[in-house]
This record gives sequence, C-alpha cells and structure tokens, in this order.
Amino acid sequence: MTARALINVPAKARKGEIVEIKTLIAHPMETGFRVGLNGALIPRDIITNFVCTYNGEEVFRAEFSPAIAANPFLTFFTTATATGTIEFQWTGDNGFSATESAPITVE
Amino acid sequence: MNEDRNTPEATRRNFLTGTARLAGGIALVSVAATTPARATPATMQTAIKKVIGEAPLRKGKVTIDVPPLVENGNTVPVTVSVESPMTAAEHVKAIHVFNEKNPQPNVIGVRLGPRAGKAALSTRIKLADVQKIIAVAQLSDGSFWSDEADVIVTIAACVEDLR
Repeated sequence: MTARALINVPAKARKGEIVEIKTLIAHPMETGFRVGLNGALIPRDIITNFVCTYNGEEVFRAEFSPAIAANPFLTFFTTATATGTIEFQWTGDNGFSATESAPITVE
Repeated sequence: MNEDRNTPEATRRNFLTGTARLAGGIALVSVAATTPARATPATMQTAIKKVIGEAPLRKGKVTIDVPPLVENGNTVPVTVSVESPMTAAEHVKAIHVFNEKNPQPNVIGVRLGPRAGKAALSTRIKLADVQKIIAVAQLSDGSFWSDEADVIVTIAACVEDLR
C-alpha cells in the first residue's frame, strides 16, 4: 500500500546544526469511535508507529493514538552529523506501511 | 368545541409542539448512540500513572502550546517543547501527551535522545470536547515534568457521524 507523504528536510546543514524535520502523510486516521451509515461503529484504521532513522541509527520514534488528526503531521528536531539519508517509516492498522527518505548534505 | 382547531393559531401551535417532540426524540436517540465510553480525568490519571509509575510529577520545564479557543476539534495544532541542554548526560528521553475527555486518554508518545538537539515536537490532534490536555516529559535522570493547557472547542471531533 502506498501513501502520499511529504517530507521537509533542509538539503544542506553545517555539522552539528540542529535541523527541523517536518513530515506529513495522507491517511484517514479513522478513530474506531464513529458510527457509520448502517449504525455500526466504523472499525479503527490508524497509523500507530512512526520511526525516523539517520544513516541507519534511530533518532526519533512516535506512537500515535486515534486522537491524532487525519493526515498526521509531525515536526521534530535532529542534529546534522554526517552526509547521508534520513529515512522515515510509518506503520499502522490493516498492515499499513509506508517509507520515505530524504538526503542531507553536511558541510 | 373543536372550532379553534382550525384557526391558524391552533394549527401552528400543534405543528410546533409536534416537531419539538420529534426533534427531542431524535436528539435523545443520537446522544444514546454516540457516546461510547469517554475518557475521564480519572482515566487520564491512570494513563499517566502507567507511564510514570510512582515517580512524582512536577510542574515546569515543559511548555505546551495550543490555541485556547479552537473552532474545529478535528485538527488542533499542538506544540510541546521541553527545556533541556540535550547532552548525553542530561536529555529528554520521552514526551507524552494526554487528554481528559476524548474516548481514549492517550494522544501521542515520542521517544528521543541527545541527538535530537532540541526537545520539541508539533502535531495536529483531535479533541472531542472542551478539556484540559497535559504533556509529560521524562528526563534522562528519571524525573518527570509536566505542563497543562485548557482548550475550548466549538465544533468537537467525533460527532459528525455519517448518518
């Protein structure tokens, strides 16, 4: 399953600089508490986990709950240490999985 | 006797009371159907206890930034930042956000380390009611710090059922 994701990572950074990373992914984040047209609850369908790795090392991890708005948006910070790639992975209900990566050049 | 039934005044009154009763009935039914168990301040405390254990929760160091008045509870921007030098010896290990009145008390939990450089995050959340939200930060020395904010929501999330 593919999902549209938007990543904003500065292309260049000085070594040791703190950079802001912004992520946005298309997902309905159905809470499991809403009632559908037939009167029954709509089953839960959310993203539950998010992991960010920098050159293979985990730098940030988040656990989402149904209280996260649709199309989860998340920003956080990391220190630019070396040129490489920053990878993002989202996993969730019904086998949802999406990965995205962004290159970063450290001078 | 029944002459007045046909006057415009009387029919209007009959019509109004009839529709009012009907509307009341509909409101009752929808309230009964759309309230699966709600989190309460007590369940929020239980959820916080699950994270911090018996450690004391102190106020300070954490700043939760959320608009005090929100029009649409479906997307509420929230920023949590924690004062910390973020060094290997002294850094923020985790940040958790809780709420009082959504169906579940947890909102988000994140893990970070000294590499983050700055302990802060922003996201967008759903709020089902006018309520208090609490952010808890776990520091590397094992202490827990918190901050809370009250939010007034005019259009709550989770009420727009598809019926």
